[in-house]
Amino acid sequence: MMSGINWYKYSSPATFYGLAGKMIPWFYGAAALLCVAGLYIGLVLAPTDFQQSDAYRIIFIHVPAAWMSMFIYVVMAFWAALGLAFNTRLSFMMASALAPTGAMLTFVSLWTGALWGKPTWGAWWVWDARLTSELILFFLYLGFMALQAAIDDPRRADRAGALIALVGVVNVPIIYFSVRWWNTLHQGASVSMTKAPSMAAIMLVGMLVMALAAWMYAIAAALSRARSIILEREKNSQWVTQMVEDEV
Amino acid sequence: MTGIAMNWNSWSEFLHMGGYAFYVWGSYAVTAALIVGEILLLRSHRQKALTLAKRTVKYGKVEKEEGNDEVAA
Repeated sequence: MMSGINWYKYSSPATFYGLAGKMIPWFYGAAALLCVAGLYIGLVLAPTDFQQSDAYRIIFIHVPAAWMSMFIYVVMAFWAALGLAFNTRLSFMMASALAPTGAMLTFVSLWTGALWGKPTWGAWWVWDARLTSELILFFLYLGFMALQAAIDDPRRADRAGALIALVGVVNVPIIYFSVRWWNTLHQGASVSMTKAPSMAAIMLVGMLVMALAAWMYAIAAALSRARSIILEREKNSQWVTQMVEDEV
Repeated sequence: MTGIAMNWNSWSEFLHMGGYAFYVWGSYAVTAALIVGEILLLRSHRQKALTLAKRTVKYGKVEKEEGNDEVAA
């Protein structure tokens, strides 16, 4: 027997709408606090790097943004797969809600990477495996959003988008392992599960706090967007009618 | 974080970022602008969705009374 949690209840847009509404301020609050702490550690306390001077401080946004860009895509593909498998409306709406935030963070990782690359490598951009696969990720997000916007019937738009999300997910391990599989200009992972991080403790702490902040922000933004999508799609349903009438 | 001193001696040193001010602040400024931009877009999306829902409730009623009471499953 399954546990007492009624998952069907939480997969109903009406329940989710209310629950998400209560959670969003907490995620925004946590994101703001973590961001202030992370910026203080990264920009004020962390020492100047002996090799890269202060240009390295870009990593406090670059690495969290790059991590989230990949992670959000995987979560998006997960919701898309769930939607295709069980035909649950909420799953597709979650996938759509994640895409713009994922695209924005992918752009941030490319932009900050270019601004770090110029002083460090001497080039804004090189066509190496890591950078190119991250650029492809950006186009996958844009493709997902453009395709969904181009199809009028939401059910068909959901399925078409889900297909892009699922096919594109093979790109994520390519990005992650690109620095190992190919001889690239991009440095290897500074943080990994198997060996001690190759950076000073305080720099690592700053980066991890910023990563947590990015995580909280992404959750808040995606939940907020999901709520608007739910309202748009369920505007004919009984519970939306009830809610609007209660408010008036 | 006791025992860790600030890395900088002055504001101007902080802003100068060891000569990399353009790259460091260029990264932080664009990221901040994008996040603020997204939050504003989310807010306007919510307002639009609420307006749409209210309008549907207001004018959708008429259709229902005319016998077209299609209920979304």
